[in-house]
Amino acid sequence: MSDKNTYQVPIGPIHPAFKEPFMVNFVLDGETIVDAEAHPGMNHRGVEFMGMHRNPLKVIPLAERICGICSIVHQHMFTTATEHAAGIEPTERARYIRTILAELERIHSHVLWAGVAAHEIGFDTHLHFTWKVRERVMDLLEYITGNRVNYAMWTIGGVNRDITKKMYPKIEDTLLYYESLYGKLEDIFLGDTSIRLRTRNVGILTEEDALRLCGVGPTVRASGVRKDVRIDQPYAAYGDLDLDYVIPSSFGYENTGDVFSKTLVRLKEIPQSIDLIRQCVDGMPDGDIDSEPRKAVLINKLKKADGEGIGRIEAPRGEAFHYVRLEGGMEEVANWKVRASTYNNLTTYRPMFMGEQIADIPIIAACIDPCIGCMDRAEVVDVRSGERKHFSHEELHRLSVEKTKMLLGGLP
Amino acid sequence: MKLTKTFDKALWVFHVNSGSCNGCDIEIVAALTPRYDVERFGIKLVGSPRHADVLLFTGPVTRKMKERVLRVIDQTPEPKVVMVVGNCGSTTGVFYDSYAIDGPIDTLLPPGTHIVYVTGCPVRPENLINGVKEAWLYLEKLRGDDK
Ligand code: SF4
Repeated sequence: MSDKNTYQVPIGPIHPAFKEPFMVNFVLDGETIVDAEAHPGMNHRGVEFMGMHRNPLKVIPLAERICGICSIVHQHMFTTATEHAAGIEPTERARYIRTILAELERIHSHVLWAGVAAHEIGFDTHLHFTWKVRERVMDLLEYITGNRVNYAMWTIGGVNRDITKKMYPKIEDTLLYYESLYGKLEDIFLGDTSIRLRTRNVGILTEEDALRLCGVGPTVRASGVRKDVRIDQPYAAYGDLDLDYVIPSSFGYENTGDVFSKTLVRLKEIPQSIDLIRQCVDGMPDGDIDSEPRKAVLINKLKKADGEGIGRIEAPRGEAFHYVRLEGGMEEVANWKVRASTYNNLTTYRPMFMGEQIADIPIIAACIDPCIGCMDRAEVVDVRSGERKHFSHEELHRLSVEKTKMLLGGLP
Repeated sequence: MKLTKTFDKALWVFHVNSGSCNGCDIEIVAALTPRYDVERFGIKLVGSPRHADVLLFTGPVTRKMKERVLRVIDQTPEPKVVMVVGNCGSTTGVFYDSYAIDGPIDTLLPPGTHIVYVTGCPVRPENLINGVKEAWLYLEKLRGDDK
């Protein structure tokens, strides 16, 4: 912008406000933000390219390392898409185990976010409190899967490790712990006046903008948009479970779409997850955890498979999506496309930043719960001219709409 | 260079993410928070490389980050220790054979830089504390006296 009254402040890619390499260029008029431009691509590792040179079982560990916070999400989507492409059905028991783990991850991710949000507005005590609380769910995940992050639980057609009856008491213990603590979390993040001052009417995303920019997850549910893949297109065991959209108006709040509402939605999803895990544990079917335990046979089967498949999941940050194509006779994955939730939500930054102050940058940046590791795989390079292309928000939106249309038209 | 005795008991740490999966970054924060609490050893996360003694380094160095990472390393005053956290930082790990990766970082550092490797994918916070101990041992040697 050439106006002499405005000046530009680049923030990132290495900056204490961002834990990940990401860059936003802000145009400021005094203290007020008049424009914001995101520069993604710093974290681009070429994950899809690497995946297309490995066999599907080797891609699973790579998929979970797209992002360490949502590692379950990516392995879940990749396996679902591959199963869809190869015509393999996961066993019933595996579906339930997957659901339990996915909901545990949602708890850990939302508690983590609450801590980061508190840190961004200067309440480090709450950061330490929430992260202390989070260790309990990490313990449980470690107890079930054997690792704190990156669990290697998923395999094509099922899961690698079982959740046995012996583990139920420990799961219940952890759930009770979170239930007893929930009131305190709500007190801190919804009741505290100073937090309310920093979050109410800050970073507003109207319902109209939320729909127009194709945002996903808690970011748009806070604006009153009813959108949740777990309900709209159930996967894993969600079809058997009882759940509803979490939007502020169901709890007697207004659907304002500000940072406060986003906090509210995330917090309210914690008891929902607890409830879903209980439902899964109660209804856990008997049977195998894996439809084909012999890996060599499985690889052979995948090598012969021919077809394409999709996996759509409601990640803690919103809807995410994988596309996989397998070609008969080819051991590697023929085509793999990842679209993570932050990719959609990033476009909502612009209306949220507009007119706010520099001091609100960190909390607004944090309020979509950005996950750059997930998002930064796509960079468009025109191979013939070697030209790199940046997308404007309008272009991104147009492409996103086109893709939705294509997907709706191309699939049953 | 001779260091004073107090130096190595108050290590200031700057965290650089060069394109990691976030797993290790989260574990670094977990190590700072109450369960593991490395602050009790005088270790503190700072907001600028110019204040730092130790660089906590995660990720396999993506092409776009390479230059910036090297600049941050350059900005950190001597004596410093570069702590490479995680398998993908040490060897690029699971991210092998990619066009977008220029790492691992130890191939890019100027010769003579002291590196401590912390392994794991992701690292465990306990292992991270062990890595900090290694950094201490090195810095203690620089102190020059036998104490
Ligand atoms: S070492 Fe593993 S967990 Fe850590 S950042 Fe690299 S890929 Fe992620």
